[in-house]
Amino acid sequence: MSYDVPIIEGEAEITFGGGAGAFPLWEVFVRASRGLNHVHVGSVHAADADAAMQSARDVYTRRNEGVSVWVVPSAQIHASDPHQKDAWFDGDHPYRHPTFYDIPDEVGHM
Amino acid sequence: MSANLNLFTYLLRLADDNMVLSQRLGELVSWMPELEEDIAIANLSLDHLGQATSLYAYAGTIEAAGRNEDALALTRSEREFMNAVLVEQPNGNFADTIARQFLVDAYQVPLYQALSSSTDQTLGGIAQKAEKEARYHLEYSSTWLVRLGDGTDLSHDRAQSALDRMWPFAADLFATDDVEAAVAAAGMGVDPTTLRDSFDSTVARVVELATLRMPTDTYERTGGRTGMHTEHLGHLLAEMQSLHQAHLGATW
Amino acid sequence: MTSRFEQLIAANEKIEPRDEMPDEYRKTMIRQIAQHAHSEVIGQQPEGNWITRAPSLRRKAILIAKVQDEAGHGLYLYSAAETLGISRDELNELLHSGKQKYSSIFNYPTLSWADIGAIGWLVDGAAITNQVMLTRTSYGPYSRAMIRICKEESFHQRQGYEIMMTLCDGTEEQKAMAQDALDRWWWPSIMMFGPPDADSTHTEQSMAWGIKLETNDQLRQKFIDMTVPQTEFLGLKIPDPDLSWNEERGHYDFGDIDWDEFWTVVKGNGPCNRERIAHKRKAWDDGAWVREAALAHAAKQHARQKEVA
Repeated sequence: MSYDVPIIEGEAEITFGGGAGAFPLWEVFVRASRGLNHVHVGSVHAADADAAMQSARDVYTRRNEGVSVWVVPSAQIHASDPHQKDAWFDGDHPYRHPTFYDIPDEVGHM
Repeated sequence: MSANLNLFTYLLRLADDNMVLSQRLGELVSWMPELEEDIAIANLSLDHLGQATSLYAYAGTIEAAGRNEDALALTRSEREFMNAVLVEQPNGNFADTIARQFLVDAYQVPLYQALSSSTDQTLGGIAQKAEKEARYHLEYSSTWLVRLGDGTDLSHDRAQSALDRMWPFAADLFATDDVEAAVAAAGMGVDPTTLRDSFDSTVARVVELATLRMPTDTYERTGGRTGMHTEHLGHLLAEMQSLHQAHLGATW
Repeated sequence: MTSRFEQLIAANEKIEPRDEMPDEYRKTMIRQIAQHAHSEVIGQQPEGNWITRAPSLRRKAILIAKVQDEAGHGLYLYSAAETLGISRDELNELLHSGKQKYSSIFNYPTLSWADIGAIGWLVDGAAITNQVMLTRTSYGPYSRAMIRICKEESFHQRQGYEIMMTLCDGTEEQKAMAQDALDRWWWPSIMMFGPPDADSTHTEQSMAWGIKLETNDQLRQKFIDMTVPQTEFLGLKIPDPDLSWNEERGHYDFGDIDWDEFWTVVKGNGPCNRERIAHKRKAWDDGAWVREAALAHAAKQHARQKEVA
């Protein structure tokens, strides 16, 4: 739906970084079919793991999107720091890629 | 009664259980305690509606009088509906809804399991699909009953009251007459009294996990299978059938 | 020196939750995603109003599935908003207290079955026009939620149009029902795109940040151009005497929108504003003991597991 609702008097000033909600947040991972990785699809709120599993199933596999579901407490996920992106992820070396090497065509597919 | 009439009646009883329960659950969409539960309750409602639709459609074929699933669901009267009185009970609070659902699920799992090997292949096919759904429903309603029973003092009391309130109506799931006897003898249907042990053990197991006690009321409110309902059904049908009845013959 | 945020925006790259971003961007994003989520959640009500009365079992199943999708979409969007550092409970509270808004379209009542058709066709149609644009929005989680939502909503508009087609091919009463629904939903639907560009205060900044990629008026025009031929196919009449094809512009011209009505509804005095919020609050308040029970049970389980360990 759409939702460009204009600002009117009485609307809240947005604040953030406030308290967590009552129900913990769980990240949901779904395996679309056998042979594929579980992929992150979103999150749900639930009091416990059973409820999180049931909600994840109901919310994220309504259209047969999966054959397996994982839920993980969001608080348990450790993430890399975007500020460290260069230090962490720019370490590629060209000789790790096959196109770095010149092999004559006569040799055939390699 | 002819064999076909027995099967037709039996199918309608199965279908009506699902139709009326689906209608009750449909009333709850947007009224649940959390957004996740709105989605869950809609799933339950859809599953029961799907089961009802398949069963009505097949009943219509057996009857061979030109009535399709809509005619059977939306033009029959209160006295013609043959659902167990349990499913027509109002939603009440969340504990009432869960208790009602749990009792139905504990009955439907062994029911569909048995029907999966029906000598009637169409009914067997419907039951195989429904059994998977019922197993999930039972997991959903059991875990909620446990959470409520073993939650706060308030939720414990509400869960106990809900179970006690719904219990006398559960007897109607096992009521039986010549129709069930005939379809069971033919290997097409199931005599519901044979499901009672499975039902009782499921209920006992979950009630214990939920730290609740088994209801002690021995009163049994039956009659639904022959159209003797509680007063709630008439209102439910009046709403459910109103638009269809106002334009009989129209296509939607 | 430009910030990393500005570089990412300039390079048309997505902003992700842990990236640094200006507070104003974060606030604008929270506000927009929250309004969008609230709209989906409140949107359950007008359509849910017909679940128990749907005229056939097929229509009932479709309608339940659609209303369920709306709850699901609300949930995807709340998840996206939460990545910006605000909790669902806070957002709920802002909705319940009227401090955050949802789309005004849901403050109109559904008075006949044809309204279910009109909402799918017009309201979802208008929404899709907007949402397809938003799949390319600059905030990653919002964009991903939109992609998923657009994929799922493709059936919403089609089922609505199918209802309208069936009614228009039906009895005189059914056709009249369809026209009446179009008469009531047309203007609110085209108001959904928001005030004209000239009066829209935050469009410019939103566009600079890649939050929004087309203006309200552009989207409105696109929607009208698409919808007029669909209406002609149905044999219905759009309630706008000034509606006509403008060869020179290559677009339909249309009559003046009643912006007074729009502002009245936005400010809380539409036909159903109070009922919608009262309904939502009642559901939430009545569910408090259930949520408390679930938390209490989880805590007990946790304690028991610790004892065993």
